[in-house]
Amino acid sequence: MTDPTVTTVMTELGPWLAFLTPELASRIQFGWAITIHIIFAALSVGLAPFLVYFTVQEVRTGKERYVRLRKFWTKIFAVGFIMGTVTGIPMGFMFGTNFGAFSTVAGELIGGPLSFEAKMAFFLEAVFLGILLFGRDRVSDWFYALSSVMVALGAWLSAFWILVVNSWMQTPRGYEIVMEDGVQIAQLTDPLAAFFNPRFPWMYVHMQNAAIISVTLLIVGIAAYFVWKNRDSDVWKTALRVGVVVLLLTSMFQAIHGDMYGRHVAETQPHKFAAMEAHYETGSADLHVVAIPTDLESITDPRADNLYTISIPHFASFLASGGDPNAEVTGLNDFEYDSPPVAWVFWSFRIMVGLGFWFIALGAWGTYRLWKGGLADDERLLKALMVSSPLGFVALITGWYVAEIGRQPWIIQDVLKTSDGVSPPVTGTEATLTLVAFVVGYILLFSVFLYVLKRIIDEEAQRHEVGIEEDDRPDSPGVPADD
Amino acid sequence: MTSVLSDSAYMLESLPELWFGLVVFALGVYLLLDGFDFGLGILFAEADDSERELMLAAFGPLWKANEVWLVLFGTVLFAGFPAVYANILGRYYLLVFAILFTMSLRGLGSKLREERDDEQWVRFWDACFIVGSTLSPYLLGVFVASWILGEPSALAIGPLVVGFTVVALTVVLGGAFLGVKTRGELRTRVVQRGQLATGAYVLLFVVTAAVVYSQYPELRSVLLSGSTVALVVATLVFAVGNVVAASRERYHASVLSASGLAAALVVFLATLLYPSIDPAAGLTIADAVVSPLALNMTTIFAAIFVPIIVGYFLFLYSLFSGPVTADQQYS
Repeated sequence: MTDPTVTTVMTELGPWLAFLTPELASRIQFGWAITIHIIFAALSVGLAPFLVYFTVQEVRTGKERYVRLRKFWTKIFAVGFIMGTVTGIPMGFMFGTNFGAFSTVAGELIGGPLSFEAKMAFFLEAVFLGILLFGRDRVSDWFYALSSVMVALGAWLSAFWILVVNSWMQTPRGYEIVMEDGVQIAQLTDPLAAFFNPRFPWMYVHMQNAAIISVTLLIVGIAAYFVWKNRDSDVWKTALRVGVVVLLLTSMFQAIHGDMYGRHVAETQPHKFAAMEAHYETGSADLHVVAIPTDLESITDPRADNLYTISIPHFASFLASGGDPNAEVTGLNDFEYDSPPVAWVFWSFRIMVGLGFWFIALGAWGTYRLWKGGLADDERLLKALMVSSPLGFVALITGWYVAEIGRQPWIIQDVLKTSDGVSPPVTGTEATLTLVAFVVGYILLFSVFLYVLKRIIDEEAQRHEVGIEEDDRPDSPGVPADD
Repeated sequence: MTSVLSDSAYMLESLPELWFGLVVFALGVYLLLDGFDFGLGILFAEADDSERELMLAAFGPLWKANEVWLVLFGTVLFAGFPAVYANILGRYYLLVFAILFTMSLRGLGSKLREERDDEQWVRFWDACFIVGSTLSPYLLGVFVASWILGEPSALAIGPLVVGFTVVALTVVLGGAFLGVKTRGELRTRVVQRGQLATGAYVLLFVVTAAVVYSQYPELRSVLLSGSTVALVVATLVFAVGNVVAASRERYHASVLSASGLAAALVVFLATLLYPSIDPAAGLTIADAVVSPLALNMTTIFAAIFVPIIVGYFLFLYSLFSGPVTADQQYS
């Protein structure tokens, strides 16, 4: 920044704003932005298969219930998509604005995948969503169903390329460090090794399944609300029945997969694994199943001796090594670089895993009721489902905190420190200013999203009250959408 | 495959220049397509409520897809010239976030005004839509010009003038687009606005050239070269063509000539930049381009997908071609 006017303003504001370094402000800004963005990204990814199912069923059977479900969830998908675009575009640009040195070093490895995401995924999603929202009466039934498949494909391809980039930052492969104009950069040597690095399959499966779990919880939560308000709602009972079974299966799969994923993390990023268990001294590690803070310090600096824990002795060693309870797990004190912020990783991991088990319990409870009968009459279950409807996203976000905060101090594991990755020209004041704007802006944005979501739900609830319910007549496909 | 994915040579000797061309192409298509939307958003200011519904029905199915061209521009620049991507975004840091903010206002305004019926709510989001549609092209123009003219910061006379030029262009584009999409009194008015904006645009284009001539001596030889003169002549021809086509009610011809104006502007700016790609950092295309393997790989993807993307757009625009009617609600 060299403009005199801007400089003057900055000097005035400086003392108030400059308490954050460019690095810290940029990290918080990126972390905050992704926290909000990932909710919408996961909504697209998780809702996509359901949307395909409803649309295909609508076209195949012509039943009113599928028209209703398709319309309802397309509305939510559309709002989520716009929010996802609005929050997602800045993320791509933040690679340049805030992490310019990282982008220069890793450009050959991450620039390509990001452009593939735009070319393969974003256009597909945006173009066919336009048809899904506006083209019901302009294209044939089957083309309409195909459009929903294309939108879903776009959402899943987008996640594919983004996770190629992110997993490369965790386990970089297929590159060599060369000097170019006096700067060290990572030069691409093997695209396939870079894209399909060791972390990629773990991350993709875990993330996509997490998105499906999150959306399933949202769907069964909303279905439970409508069933609770109106026991006769066949439309929403259908959603509830399918949802609890999907929830049980996907959350059980996630737990098994997560266990194996943990072992992979222990092998490839031992400092992250140690932070997950707040394991400071090298040696056999216990697994803290339950950890309850006893005072403030034990929250900000969790250690086995200042927490009330229920632990399985040696079990973290057992998990990390795949069966040896005495396996040596390197402690945080014995790495040559700084530890990640342990409290964030330790507590995020516990929230994620704890919620994961709660989802299995909910799924089992619902499936048991479905099997024994009376799913729609178990008031306590319906309420538990309603309360739990946003919790999938909480688990997903905390899971990402483990992955990303646990990677610190590296922005690219063992290659580049985050502190060396920030943009040289950006000042702490500038970064803090935009951080404040993002915090305020995204809180407002998210409030608006919740408000719109509530409106869509209320509108649907009103349809129950005036009794527009269950005439399973074939819907004329030629009629334009009334939404 | 192994020969194409060589890590020692670009698959074509001129591949870095071609990739520069792809960056310019993506920026140009973005300017053209979102120019329709921005212009529509500016003309939205003087429309009444029923006209606004019609305008949004024309805007609805297309704008999100149009906006993706900006992302394509950014990621293609990133993939080919990562250091440039990092440099220009970091250098104009606050400006970049201002653009993202005004673009969000535009996107949210159009969507959220439909969510409630009360007057205050609709007016608020209408205002966001109009302000976002006006400021976004202005700031984008300032950003692109600052980059191309090699300004160390965005507050210089050249970029500030280019911003106005881009806004005028979007009104030309918006007027032409709505000429095809609407009928009756609304069409008459927006087409007339488009004609006025064409005059303003030509004037601002000349002012831009004059400012560049006086402020950037190093660009004088480019300005006086044959290709620049040809672009100026093309601009004049397209401008006259646009006004004539509009007054003769040849609306599709008007869209074509307005598109010609956009293309000429982007090529003009690219001519000022070439063969440099980041003048403020002293980087040429050859300095900043990624290694052969990385560029060859992304080129294969681009060669497959860019034609597919163009196909999507031909399909999308033909599907939603023709005038919008009142029953096509924006959702």
